[in-house]
Amino acid sequence: MVWLPNMIVVALLAGAFILFRTVRRNRFWTESIARLWRRRRFSLIIIGLYLAVALLDTISWVGGSASENASDVVAAHKPRSVIDRIFQPDSFMEISYSEPFADVGFYGEQPLAHPGKHILGTDILGQDVFYRSLKGVKIALLIGGLTTLIVIPIALIFGLAAGYFGGRVDDVVFFVMSTLASIPNLLLLIALIIVLGTGPVQVCVALGVTGWVGFCRLTRGETLKLREADYVQAAKALGASHLRIITRHIIPNLAHLIVITFALQFTGLVLAETVLAYLGIGLDGSWGQMIDQARNELSRSPVIWWNLAGATVLLFTLVLCVNLCADALRDILDPRTRKEAQ
Amino acid sequence: MFAYIVRRLAYGAVTVLGVLLLLFVLFFAIADPDDIARQAIGERASAEVYEQWKVNHGYDKPLVINAEHGVLEPGRYTDTLLFEHYRSMLTFDFGRSDADDVPIAERLRQGALPSLSLTLPLFALSLVVGVFFALLVAFFRDTYVDFAVLVMCMLAMSVASLIYIIAGQYLIGLTLKWFPISGFDADPALVIRFLALPIIIGVIASFGGDVRLYRTVFIEETNKDYVRTARAKGCGDARVMVRHVLRNALIPILTSVVLAIPFLFVGSLLFENFFGIPGLGAITVEAINGNDFSTLRTMVYISALLFIVAQILTDISYTLADPRVRLS
Repeated sequence: MVWLPNMIVVALLAGAFILFRTVRRNRFWTESIARLWRRRRFSLIIIGLYLAVALLDTISWVGGSASENASDVVAAHKPRSVIDRIFQPDSFMEISYSEPFADVGFYGEQPLAHPGKHILGTDILGQDVFYRSLKGVKIALLIGGLTTLIVIPIALIFGLAAGYFGGRVDDVVFFVMSTLASIPNLLLLIALIIVLGTGPVQVCVALGVTGWVGFCRLTRGETLKLREADYVQAAKALGASHLRIITRHIIPNLAHLIVITFALQFTGLVLAETVLAYLGIGLDGSWGQMIDQARNELSRSPVIWWNLAGATVLLFTLVLCVNLCADALRDILDPRTRKEAQ
Repeated sequence: MFAYIVRRLAYGAVTVLGVLLLLFVLFFAIADPDDIARQAIGERASAEVYEQWKVNHGYDKPLVINAEHGVLEPGRYTDTLLFEHYRSMLTFDFGRSDADDVPIAERLRQGALPSLSLTLPLFALSLVVGVFFALLVAFFRDTYVDFAVLVMCMLAMSVASLIYIIAGQYLIGLTLKWFPISGFDADPALVIRFLALPIIIGVIASFGGDVRLYRTVFIEETNKDYVRTARAKGCGDARVMVRHVLRNALIPILTSVVLAIPFLFVGSLLFENFFGIPGLGAITVEAINGNDFSTLRTMVYISALLFIVAQILTDISYTLADPRVRLS
């Protein structure tokens, strides 16, 4: 399975390239992106940094110089990512807690193996906290990204079918939506994860099942409106097929909704994972798990804060930047506010 | 009108059946009864013990069709997990917990009051605080006050609720020692001290999102014609805001808020568990940690049922109040 993460990176980069080319050809989207860049330059750069860390953490290969501590054969044959190679976590560690930039250990004052090099100190097992926090980036983006990749196609297909064809199809989709919506999100999420298991894919599927309803309702409502639009009626009169009408006339007019929902949903998902981590059904190595593990350390005296701070600050920064961008995107893309601005 | 109510009730009933079907698929079809038994009594038990446990907890029947009965006998369909699941849930006969054999109905009765004593004041207080600040911000819209509060909301929205709880417990409970960190007491005079901390933290945690949402509603309302009329007849800014905008904006705010009321009964998973309040949320967390499937699915069912009932009531009261809805 060494090739799988690398293939994902290649696929993501290819997807980004295709997206870039389609956007380049469309004046509305190029202008919107330019406006977003002008308004939220700083947030976009930070989001870019997170993406870069996640990509570097995904590109991995076997071999190279494993550290001197890794005596067992298994470790030598485990693929290690670029981030792992930069930090060398097997040798870049201490015996137990140490403060940020400390020269001696937190308990016992014994000299550290790497004095002054742990930017965020070390945790109870002596692992570098900054390294662990950076590893959380990939997981957070995985939760947000993979779930959205599950949600958008499902919601789009069902929402479009319900809104465009109406009748029986609409009844069935609407019934499924109202059934799912009547269960509190968190409880449904927990029930799904307890039953499906706690792997990254299962958690994302569970988040997807609970998350698609809102977007589907939005798509359905918007499609109902678009179906009556003059240009759709004109296309129908010209003899265009359903497929052509949907792909050429309806989906492009839903695209701004997709982008806005993606951005808004992303932060909700990343924050929801912390709750799951607290309940013990989150993903391994996520920020939620770090926060959960760190909360008991606050009752120690002197207090150990850097574990909590590392995960919290990275989580907060990511969510804040995405929130800011989502806000700006809504202003830029939503036709209602666009009219007001003019 | 009558036809509408009947139709709405029927749709609600069908939705309840749908929720039960979903629960059946999740908890009986996907989760194997053998696994549930293994998780409840451990890996190393003899086959008879597992079978006996499955009989005791009602997991021993076939899923949908019981082949022991003939094609025309009713037992072929009634003597199954699916039928038993629907029967027990619809008659509120929840049986016993998978983990410790306590009757689930008993637990729900005990947990409802502690849950409500936390969620009700929390809900009311955060609504009042949210509406008050949103009104203030809408009054000072497009000024630095507005901007500052909006920035604050954006920052507040980006913090995980877990962090609010941890930081609040640390600051108010551990460092300042204003309130006990966690605990609960049945005596109403004592319980206020225990509930103060979760309520304060809860209000702060929901502040950002609430204020932003309500502000949008208020601003939308201030752009309407009746506001201009009020202003034209000489009402002051404050009077327009409180007497005209607030009253009209409360309608959309309340409709969104009413649908949150059923969830008050279910309690709050995070808060109850963190602050040691023995409510329904804490019971749910316990059920999660103990792989207690029967309690978990009962909780899901109860909360969905309450939500559906609340939704029907809102819809019907809407039709009573607004004749336009009835026509469409």
